[in-house]
Amino acid sequence: MSTPEPRGLPAGYARPAPGTDAPLISPAYRSTAARAPSRPLVALTPGLNELTGPLFGMDRVRPGDADLSRGPSGDALGQRIVVAGRVLDADGRPIPDALIEIWQANASGRYHHERDNWPAPLDPNFSGGGRTVTDEEGHYRFLTIKPGAYPWANHVNAWRPAHIHVSLFGRSFSQRLVTQMYFPDDPLFFQDPILGAIPDPAARRRLVSAYDHALTEAQWALGFRWDIVLRGPLAVPFEPLSEQDHHG
Amino acid sequence: MAEFDTSPIMTSGAAFGVTPSQTVGPFLHLALADPADAWVVPVGTVSGFWLRGTVTDGNADPVTDALVETWQASANDAEVSASVVGFGRCPTDAAGCWAIHTVKPPPTSAADGRRAAPHLAVSIFARGLLDRLVTRIYFADEEEANAVDPVLGELPDPTRGQTLLATPTKDGYHFSLRLQGEAETVFFAL
Ligand SMILES: [Fe+3]
Repeated sequence: MSTPEPRGLPAGYARPAPGTDAPLISPAYRSTAARAPSRPLVALTPGLNELTGPLFGMDRVRPGDADLSRGPSGDALGQRIVVAGRVLDADGRPIPDALIEIWQANASGRYHHERDNWPAPLDPNFSGGGRTVTDEEGHYRFLTIKPGAYPWANHVNAWRPAHIHVSLFGRSFSQRLVTQMYFPDDPLFFQDPILGAIPDPAARRRLVSAYDHALTEAQWALGFRWDIVLRGPLAVPFEPLSEQDHHG
Repeated sequence: MAEFDTSPIMTSGAAFGVTPSQTVGPFLHLALADPADAWVVPVGTVSGFWLRGTVTDGNADPVTDALVETWQASANDAEVSASVVGFGRCPTDAAGCWAIHTVKPPPTSAADGRRAAPHLAVSIFARGLLDRLVTRIYFADEEEANAVDPVLGELPDPTRGQTLLATPTKDGYHFSLRLQGEAETVFFAL
C-alpha cells in the first residue's frame, strides 16, 4: 500500500511505522483479490471529521456485557479465560472510555452465525459477542472461553489460529481499529495468511497475547494479557469554524 | 509463508508500536450490527433523510458481508443528543445494500483553514480487507461548496471526484462504494 505524505499534517498526527499494516492486496489471502482497491490510496490531509470521533462512554455497555462465559441455561463449554490489558496511544498514554467490542468462535471453533457452516457443535450458552469500555487508566477486562481453531477454504488444509476479533473506538476517527488477538505459541501461525500478511514480524507479535499468571484466577480461569496501542497521540490543536458546534 | 517468532512481547519503555489492523471477517454481525446504529438522527428529525448505498467488488458483485461506518463531527440539529451525534453504522445485506438516516452536515474547516464542503467520513470493513478503507461522502447538489473543497480539488485524477458524490434520490441520497475496478471509489491514506 502506498502511503504518500499529504501536506499540512497537524502536529501530533502520527502514522503507524511502515510494515505495521498489511498490504491491501495480499495474494496469499485469496479474498483480497477482488476486494482490495487496485489504485493507490490518495493522500488525505485529515480534516475535522478525521480528527474527531464518536465518544461513546458507558452508554453502549450494559452490566455483564464483558462476561461471555455464561449463557441463558448455564456456563459456556470450554476453557474459561480472562483477557485483559490496556489501551494506549503511541506515546504510551492510556486511552480512557475506549469502546471495545469483541466476537469469537466457541470452544469448538464454530461461530454462532447463520453463515458459519463448519459442522462443529454450537453451544447454546455461548453467543460469542461482548463489549466493554476502558477505565480512566485505559484498562479493560473480558471473561470468556478460549476459542477453537477452525478450517477455512483459503488454501489446502487451511486453519485459522485461535483468535478473538476486536473492534476499538479511540478518541478520533483516525484511531478506529478492527483487529484480531491471538494466543501464545499457536502451532497454526506459520500457515495463516491473515496474521502473516503483516510485513513487520515485531508488529505481528503485537497481535499475540501473553499468558499472565497474575491475571489467572485460582480454581477459575487462565489469564491472557494483551495491550492495544492505537495510533496517535491526537491532542490536535484544531480550529473549528467559529460558528459551528462540534463534538469530541 | 515467512517464518516468524511467535513469542509475545509486552509493550514497555518509550516506544509503543501501533497494534496492526486485521480483517473484520465474515461474522462481524455478532458484535457490530445493531439496527439502531443506522439512525444517526431519529425518525422525524427536521431535514433528516436516508443515505442509501451499495458495496460492490472488482467483479461488480455485491459485497454481502461488509460494514459501513459514517462519522460527521457536526450536525446542525439540536434534537440530536450530543454524546453520540454523527455516528452511523450499517452492515450490507444480501444485495450489498446499506442505509443510514442522517442530516447533511454543515461545512467544516479543513486542516489548512480553508472551508470543506459538507461531507461524511466513512470507513468500510469487510472480509478480504486487511485494513479498513477510508473515504468521504460529499453531496452532488452542493456544487458551489464542492467546487472549492480542498480535497475534491486536489485529487491526483480530478475525474475520479465523481465517485465521492452522493446523488439525490426520492428519500435522500445514494452512494455507490466500488472497492475495485471501473469507477473504483477514491480511497484515502489517513
Ligand atoms: Fe474469525
